[in-house]
Amino acid sequence: MDEILEILEKDARTTPEEIAKMIKKSTQYVKKAISEYEKKGIIIKYKAVINKELLKDESCTDVLALIEVNISPERGSGFDKVAERIYSFPEVKSCYLLSGGYDLLLIIAGKSIHTIGNFVAEKLSTIDHVRGTQTHFILKKYKESGDILRRIIKDKRIAISM
Amino acid sequence: MKVTGKVTGMVKKISDKVRFLKPSGIREFFDLVIGMDDVISLGVGEPDFTTPWNIIESAIYSFENGYTSYTSNKGLFELRDEISKNIKKRYGINYNPETEILITVGVSEGNDLAMRAILNKGDEVIIHEPCYVAYEPLITLSDGKAVIIKTSAENGFKLLPEDIKNVLSKKTKAILFNYPCNPTGASYTKKELTAIANALKNRDVIIITDEIYGDLTYDFEHIPLITLPGMKEKTLYLNGFSKAYSMTGWRIGYACGPEWLISAMNKIHQYTMLCAPITGQIASIEALKRSYASVLEMKNEYRRRRNLFINGLNEIGLQAHMPEGAFYSFASIKKTGMDSNTFAKKLLHSEKVAVVPGTAFGDGYDDFIRMCYATSIDKLKEALLRIGRFVKKSGK
Repeated sequence: MDEILEILEKDARTTPEEIAKMIKKSTQYVKKAISEYEKKGIIIKYKAVINKELLKDESCTDVLALIEVNISPERGSGFDKVAERIYSFPEVKSCYLLSGGYDLLLIIAGKSIHTIGNFVAEKLSTIDHVRGTQTHFILKKYKESGDILRRIIKDKRIAISM
Repeated sequence: MKVTGKVTGMVKKISDKVRFLKPSGIREFFDLVIGMDDVISLGVGEPDFTTPWNIIESAIYSFENGYTSYTSNKGLFELRDEISKNIKKRYGINYNPETEILITVGVSEGNDLAMRAILNKGDEVIIHEPCYVAYEPLITLSDGKAVIIKTSAENGFKLLPEDIKNVLSKKTKAILFNYPCNPTGASYTKKELTAIANALKNRDVIIITDEIYGDLTYDFEHIPLITLPGMKEKTLYLNGFSKAYSMTGWRIGYACGPEWLISAMNKIHQYTMLCAPITGQIASIEALKRSYASVLEMKNEYRRRRNLFINGLNEIGLQAHMPEGAFYSFASIKKTGMDSNTFAKKLLHSEKVAVVPGTAFGDGYDDFIRMCYATSIDKLKEALLRIGRFVKKSGK
């Protein structure tokens, strides 16, 4: 992968000027490359990783569920059309097509267990091609997209060493 | 280590050799930093990454399975064998794991053993300065005499063949050099290293290369001296896991060399250290077998930090050359008019950034400070801001 993307994937706040210095290229070069990536949709957006479990305000924290969905594919479009119908709901945070015992794996966020229950019963299960669902509620998040969710760890090194 | 000054009471029971040994130049500074909050320390000599998890996990597993005993003096055969295979694969050089490899407690022990094994009173060992703080004391403790080549910023702090030729004498027993170098980051291209090898080829001296930062070479391939013609037979190749694998606290290094030298070193090692800790040795096997990708990932990160940091230092107006390896900048503070100790103390007090004065790495480097860039980009950026502010203020 291009080093510019590697750097931004680690820290999206790194400025083009800084990236230019890191990879010994001109700022102009980096800016152009980034805007190309944005245009092509390779860079989709920039956002912060927030550990909501540390927020005091309970109303900000969502209940998350992992839902396995069995679907019957549609002639012509296979799973894609059905998947689109499902992932277009804003409640669906992630959606993957899998090999194995079921077809789609969804991560759903809702204010409460009831919200998610309602979503499954009223929206998801009623879609024509959905043959069955199995819902698992997420109890605790340890790691997400490569980031371990815990407080920042202090530098354990002694301040001066040779 | 504080046994200098007036000799009274029991202190005089301490051997002269130790009493007159120069205390480490950073001791006082270390005491200043301890207890201060919110300090950005660029004074460290180790990576900021923790050891890759697969390595840590292999150590936990070894504990669970009761691997808590001594190992053979030379170290676990499996580790020596892996080291041998690794050197063969990467550099095409053969070392017999039975007789030519010794596992040590860090490269530090390897260096100490080498000095004790080869030096008689008055024997000379050529070293370069600036260099790692332990070289001269280790030579002194073994009754040898350090002959120092002063390298300069103009040559990127590199050893030059003519410098070596100038100091070689009948008393020269060995030359010890470190590349990439702590504190300067200087290293050698194949051409430069060949020139050094040529200067030593027909000389009857032992060569000791401390290549602990070898895997952290950024602009060209690291060339171990042993790969050059005629060098392996008289070279002791020292390396370890501390820096590249981010395993400083595990204390595992290794020495590869001719059997006559390794067996002499092992003689001392068996009486003094017995063996390196088994847990670290087991972890090091995992490091060699399955962790090179982590090394490359960390190296890439250091390279980017280096580029950003050195650029920033020069923008501030401190003169910093681009280090070719390791993770230090040895930058000139000449324009501030301060000596390195004053600079470091004032910077610490006014901006809470810790650096190491250049004099810790050799006399005559009072215009330099060592800064370690093995620290997160965010902290490096903040450090640059603070140092910039400090230099600007003191420039009046």
